[in-house]
Amino acid sequence: MSRARADEEEYWHSSKFRAFTFDDEDDELSQLKESKRAVNSLRDIVDDDDDLERVSWSGEPVGSISWSIKETASGSTSSLEGRDSSLQKGSSSYAALPKQVSSYSLSSLFKGELCLSLSALTDVGVKNYAPELRRPKAEYKDYSSDWSPKDTVRRMQRGKVCSLERFRSLQDKLMLLDEAVAGHDGNVITAVLIFLKRTLRREILFRELEVRQVALCHLIHFLREMGEQKFLLDLLRFLDRTEEVALSQYREHLNIQDVEKRREFLKGCIGLPFSAEDTSHIQDHYTLLERQIIIEANDRHLEMAGQSEIFRKYPRKASILNMPLVTTLFYSCFYHYTEAEGTFSSPTNLKKTFKIPDKQYVLTALAARAKLRAWDDVDALLTTKNWLGYTKKKAPIGFHRVVEILQRNNAPVQVLQEYVRLVEDVEMRLNLATKYKCHDVVIETYRDLKDRIQLTAYKCKVERGSAEEEKINSILSNMVRNTFS
Amino acid sequence: MAAHLSSGRVNLTALREAGRRELREFLDKCAGSKAIVWDEYLTGPFGLIAQYSLLKEHEVEKMFTLKPGRLPPADVKNIIFFVRPKLELMDIITDNVLREDRGRSPQRDFHILFVPRRSLLCEQWLKEQGVLGSFIHREQYSLDLIPFDGDLLSMESESAFKECYLESDQTSLYHAAKGLMTLQALYGTIPQIFGKGDCARHVANMMIRMKREFPGSQNSIFPVFDTLLLLDRNVDLLTPLATQLTYEGLIDEIYGIQNTYVKLPPEKFAPKKQGEGGKDLPTEPKKLQLNSAEELYAEIRDKNFNAVGSVLSKKAKIISAAFEERHHAKTVGEIKQFVSQLPHMQAARSSLANHTSIAELIKDITTSEDFFDNLTVEQEFMSGIDTDKVNNYIEDCIAQKHPLIKILRLVCLQSVCNSGLKQKVLDHYKREILQTYGYEHVLTLNNLEKAGLLKPQTGGRNNYPTIRKTLRLWMDDVNEQNPNDISYVYSGYAPLSVRLAQLLARPGWRSIEEVLKMLPGPHFEERQQLPTGLQKKRQHGENRVTLVFFLGGVTYAEIAALRFLSQMEDGGTEYVIATTKLINGTTWMKSLMEKLEPPPF
Repeated sequence: MSRARADEEEYWHSSKFRAFTFDDEDDELSQLKESKRAVNSLRDIVDDDDDLERVSWSGEPVGSISWSIKETASGSTSSLEGRDSSLQKGSSSYAALPKQVSSYSLSSLFKGELCLSLSALTDVGVKNYAPELRRPKAEYKDYSSDWSPKDTVRRMQRGKVCSLERFRSLQDKLMLLDEAVAGHDGNVITAVLIFLKRTLRREILFRELEVRQVALCHLIHFLREMGEQKFLLDLLRFLDRTEEVALSQYREHLNIQDVEKRREFLKGCIGLPFSAEDTSHIQDHYTLLERQIIIEANDRHLEMAGQSEIFRKYPRKASILNMPLVTTLFYSCFYHYTEAEGTFSSPTNLKKTFKIPDKQYVLTALAARAKLRAWDDVDALLTTKNWLGYTKKKAPIGFHRVVEILQRNNAPVQVLQEYVRLVEDVEMRLNLATKYKCHDVVIETYRDLKDRIQLTAYKCKVERGSAEEEKINSILSNMVRNTFS
Repeated sequence: MAAHLSSGRVNLTALREAGRRELREFLDKCAGSKAIVWDEYLTGPFGLIAQYSLLKEHEVEKMFTLKPGRLPPADVKNIIFFVRPKLELMDIITDNVLREDRGRSPQRDFHILFVPRRSLLCEQWLKEQGVLGSFIHREQYSLDLIPFDGDLLSMESESAFKECYLESDQTSLYHAAKGLMTLQALYGTIPQIFGKGDCARHVANMMIRMKREFPGSQNSIFPVFDTLLLLDRNVDLLTPLATQLTYEGLIDEIYGIQNTYVKLPPEKFAPKKQGEGGKDLPTEPKKLQLNSAEELYAEIRDKNFNAVGSVLSKKAKIISAAFEERHHAKTVGEIKQFVSQLPHMQAARSSLANHTSIAELIKDITTSEDFFDNLTVEQEFMSGIDTDKVNNYIEDCIAQKHPLIKILRLVCLQSVCNSGLKQKVLDHYKREILQTYGYEHVLTLNNLEKAGLLKPQTGGRNNYPTIRKTLRLWMDDVNEQNPNDISYVYSGYAPLSVRLAQLLARPGWRSIEEVLKMLPGPHFEERQQLPTGLQKKRQHGENRVTLVFFLGGVTYAEIAALRFLSQMEDGGTEYVIATTKLINGTTWMKSLMEKLEPPPF
């Protein structure tokens, strides 16, 4: 399946594709070095460069807003203090200011509590250069009771507050909604929807929204934001958007911190109408958490008791609760590798329950055992027996990946070279063997290739007087004999 | 401070001025001394409009970051919250207000300034918490289009794409239309509007409607823009998924540029002066502003990264030579002249030092094996190779638990380049992702499906090869050093969105009708009537000016490609770019992911 790396490289060099490398590596590097050198040499001449722009170390220009937040927040400067005290003197006048105590409802908000919008006040200044920014005169008129749906929406778009209570008939209300939707301003659409939600029966509201998709989306978004989960689910059920109901309900589990409660909740999600594939994912999610709770309880106990060597030697960094499946598998390969399949925490049990593909399993188990430097386990993991009882080494992930993982875990050369030897692609094998100093593999490969020149050249890579050197010499002399005989 | 805004074809300083005026007028409404409590997200965008000095002139004495708990003691008359209309922020404000000491004297008045819009949703929330009445002024500051550079405007609305394509909430489109109306008020009515995509259609409709609703307000400003091109991000889902390969694009991919600022690891920027060198290395990240006000940056930002090294080394030689001049300065006059040039030379030197360091940091990454492998797979997909089967590299990355966002970018890229994945391939990826990263990501995967980024192939048809060939999205003979085509920004792939803009200018979209039909949403043309006196009589050889508005976000590489087209000698069109948000594949993916609790390890 995998195109070998060597092939890939050849493919890249020969094909039309351009990879992102510097055309001339050395040249480019030296160019950067050159400009760096120039810059450094100039430091001696000018050493007050930092005064050029007034920037603090963090780069924020002095006087910028984010810089000033820090400045003004961290204790007042003397000049500000002077000002503060002068303000305090006149403080008595502020206390007399009327305070707005509020207990009015949102509906009163719509009833024409007038809040002048900022833009309405800017007219004078704007007029001079931008006639289109000017508001029509009608804007200045105060509250009027007979605005059409269109006027009402337009006013609301300008950030003004209007009474919607006047719209009593269903027809009026729907006209208002359609007008709001035509204006595309989500804020206004939401405001009208809040009004409709309050004044219409659910069935009617749902029925009318079904043919008004944009408004519907806004209501769904609103309900989600406000956390009105029950209303939302009713709506989605009415619309027969069952998959969305399911996902929306499932989303709730994220807000549940207590694992037991979360598990119970997920259990309840299993029967929800997800798509076929999602159903199995949700089922797995529940099963996994259920498993993790059992494992966690056991292992916490084991760790506290201090009897188990593995937990004493490698104390757990965090609990396994709510971790992904692969992480859980790694954990179980690390702490519970030898357990029988019957236990919940055994790797083989996890593999079976969640139908983890071979490739994924080997990869994870390998990483866990290599981290523990359990080289025998690594060997067993990659060994298969056929029906005649012969053993054979097999790696569903490819031996080059095995080598990579072992090397990352500082495997000794003896272990490493056993697997380097098994890399099928000759060039890749040579590369890996050279990189990780598996001399025997390099030497044997050159011998098999009958490559005298490379073999001779390799002599300088091995230690003088070592067994490897001897081996090279003996092969070379054998080759000579064979050539002349 | 804002000189770079007037350097382009269209002077964007006027827009900034309008924003400043509106801010001043609001501040003056709350008479007396004030403290501003900031939604931290807003300080960046506001910083592009105003400095602290402006606020101070209007009696802003203290500024705090919005956080739960009791507000810091500050003897001011007004406390003003500058916030986005978000419910979680309303909770913090509620907490602040409820903890305010009612016995303190004098009492402080509370106000809210919603940016960019008041939200009834938020106000109802505050009402339910019982604090709505505590606010004297509840207003909005319509910071719609913020000038980022001489040719770049952004609304910095991070959730615009998600709202438009996942939640069908078109509020951000409404803001876009409003921003365009403001722009037309300042720079004249734009006579021609082109568009592609559903959102583009909505915005054009809203503009026409808004114009109708201002009867009698005839705009008497000579139009600066000839054409407006509205583009939906979902017309081109491919481009942001690929790794940007321009200098600025790579800085953004690796370190993230926010409101023209980037934070970099400090090690490479440690001061190496005598006496203070080496002792205490700074641990705070180095923050730099990146815009065209910096001469060197303006020159290299849009180049393919492979072409940056040679420019830097050339600059180094020039600067060294300039400093050498001091040895030749003999007469007082000569010395005087040398000294007068010194500040400019010092600025150039420090700019060169910074960018050499940044280039080194980036090079460490672009020369890594993993960057190479990742790019190889991206380029295979984009050129149409092996997009219909499970990819080995992606599998390996999942096995090694590379960041989930990286995986999602690649899988989505493959899906887009294959007009959807085969059901079996899709299921395989999904299972691997859920097993490795956690089942709760089922929610994110569903979001990606809804947005069309990850989907099963329907009808067994793959349109991508036709689109690729017709629009010449893959160019074999790309020249990174001296480019002759926009494909240099992705070292081979020409961004689809920009190709559409290019073909619109010449020879016109009629030549690609077939492909336009394969891409989602309608394409259209509208004309806005101009009074006879304002119709343009073009001088021979004068370039047209087109405003390209990306609804749902734009990447730095796409901006670079448009700037490249602006600079082409026989191009005939100059571009100004506007967007709802500056994005890259990572920030874009993040905006589509379900907010999940971070795992403990």
